[in-house]
Amino acid sequence: MPEIIFDDQQVRKSLKRMAKAMADDEVYLVGIRRGGSRLANALQKRLRKQGVTVWRGDLDISFYRDDLEQTSLHPVVHSSELTEDISGRHIWLVDDVLFTGRTIRAALDELFDYGRPASVSLAVLIDRGGRELPIQPDLVGLQYTAPEDALIDLHIEKDHEGKSRWRVTQRAR
Amino acid sequence: MKHLFGIAELSAERIRHLLSISASMQGINRRSIKKAPALRGKTVINLFFENSTRTRTSFEIAGKRLSADVINISASTSATKKGESLLDTGQTLAAMQPHALVIRHSLAGCCHFLADFLPHTSIINAGDGAHEHPTQVLTDLLTIEQALGTTITGKVMTMVGDIAHSRVARSHLLAAQKLGYHIRLVAPKTLLPVQVERFGCSVSHDFDEAIEGSDIVYMLRVQNERLASACCFPSVREYHETYGLHRQRLARAGDHCLVMHPGPMNRGVEIATDVADSLQSRVLEQVENGVAVRMAVLTECIMHRDAAAAEAAENEDEDDED
Repeated sequence: MPEIIFDDQQVRKSLKRMAKAMADDEVYLVGIRRGGSRLANALQKRLRKQGVTVWRGDLDISFYRDDLEQTSLHPVVHSSELTEDISGRHIWLVDDVLFTGRTIRAALDELFDYGRPASVSLAVLIDRGGRELPIQPDLVGLQYTAPEDALIDLHIEKDHEGKSRWRVTQRAR
Repeated sequence: MKHLFGIAELSAERIRHLLSISASMQGINRRSIKKAPALRGKTVINLFFENSTRTRTSFEIAGKRLSADVINISASTSATKKGESLLDTGQTLAAMQPHALVIRHSLAGCCHFLADFLPHTSIINAGDGAHEHPTQVLTDLLTIEQALGTTITGKVMTMVGDIAHSRVARSHLLAAQKLGYHIRLVAPKTLLPVQVERFGCSVSHDFDEAIEGSDIVYMLRVQNERLASACCFPSVREYHETYGLHRQRLARAGDHCLVMHPGPMNRGVEIATDVADSLQSRVLEQVENGVAVRMAVLTECIMHRDAAAAEAAENEDEDDED
């Protein structure tokens, strides 16, 4: 059974804090599919409430992975959607769980195939430790040290009133 | 999926999977830097024994956009000219350790044949005789479903022309049974294979009648020089009148009907120029989507090959420990 490590209230609180820290005149959010995209949507909503102009993009890193040869393609591959030119922009790369850093490496590679951003910062909801690459987040929602073989998942469920409920769980691999 | 021989070997689920990956490849083709590293360090050889511009270019671009090294060989420049057999050519190329061989040949079944002798190479069929042309049909399916905004299931495709010699027709007939769309074949009897109804399609000789209620009109190329002299039909002009697609005829199907052609088109023979250039024509989208589909097929075949090899190596390691 997956064990709940952060509940709805804790996630909401950190989302609020992250949105506050990101606030600027304009914010460019690029979510990494699929967890990062959901997180970017949530941040976008909160930033808009603060009157910030938010531009959204999404990356699917399937074709940039370094382990393509060991795993076959995920049955559902989504398209990357970066419709606006990212050149010269200050980009926030957004993901849900930061672990080895390999996903971020792949996302950076793909991002630069779309243009040359002025800067790229990394925002993650959960930093679970266990990095294998020299990659560190600029903004972290929740810090948690997980055992190396554990899987950390972010869940968003709609309750009977249609309100979304957040949950972060840990389970054995 | 190690090889792609034809639609016959694919399940409906596998076709859907390939179409979904193809759709995500479209993004790479539309941005300014059209390259992703998925097939870096992989070698793809295009071995074309028949003339082709679009399929060969499409496979070449597909491989290059995924960072593979692509080598093109056409029959006119190969050792085949000196009398080398297909098997020898295949084995020679395979000895250079490519990851995939993309083959077009006039011999039906040549891909199956070569695959038996080349255990370490993925074989992809780019058209074998009058047998199959799977990547063209996957391209058509992607184009149709994106243009309609729904799945092809339950739709009606009227396919007109030289069915007997067409590998595209054969692949579509197989795909229609798997995905549940209906094909109406329209052709003179001289250009229809016997007992083609066994594929579950309907057959007609009256284009005007068949086109009504169609969602897609699929025109096949007429090899006019060859066929007219072989007495398959009396004259090119008569063929155009009876089996050609022109404005008035297309109007019977309505504005929603998609016009498709696998190319190259004979304007004024099977398709009138104004129809070929009309808004209903999806011919150029077929060409564009062809690249994305071939990117998906190359990725699937080559990645499977490597995944299988890694698995085999892992099993060997385990055996050592015992």
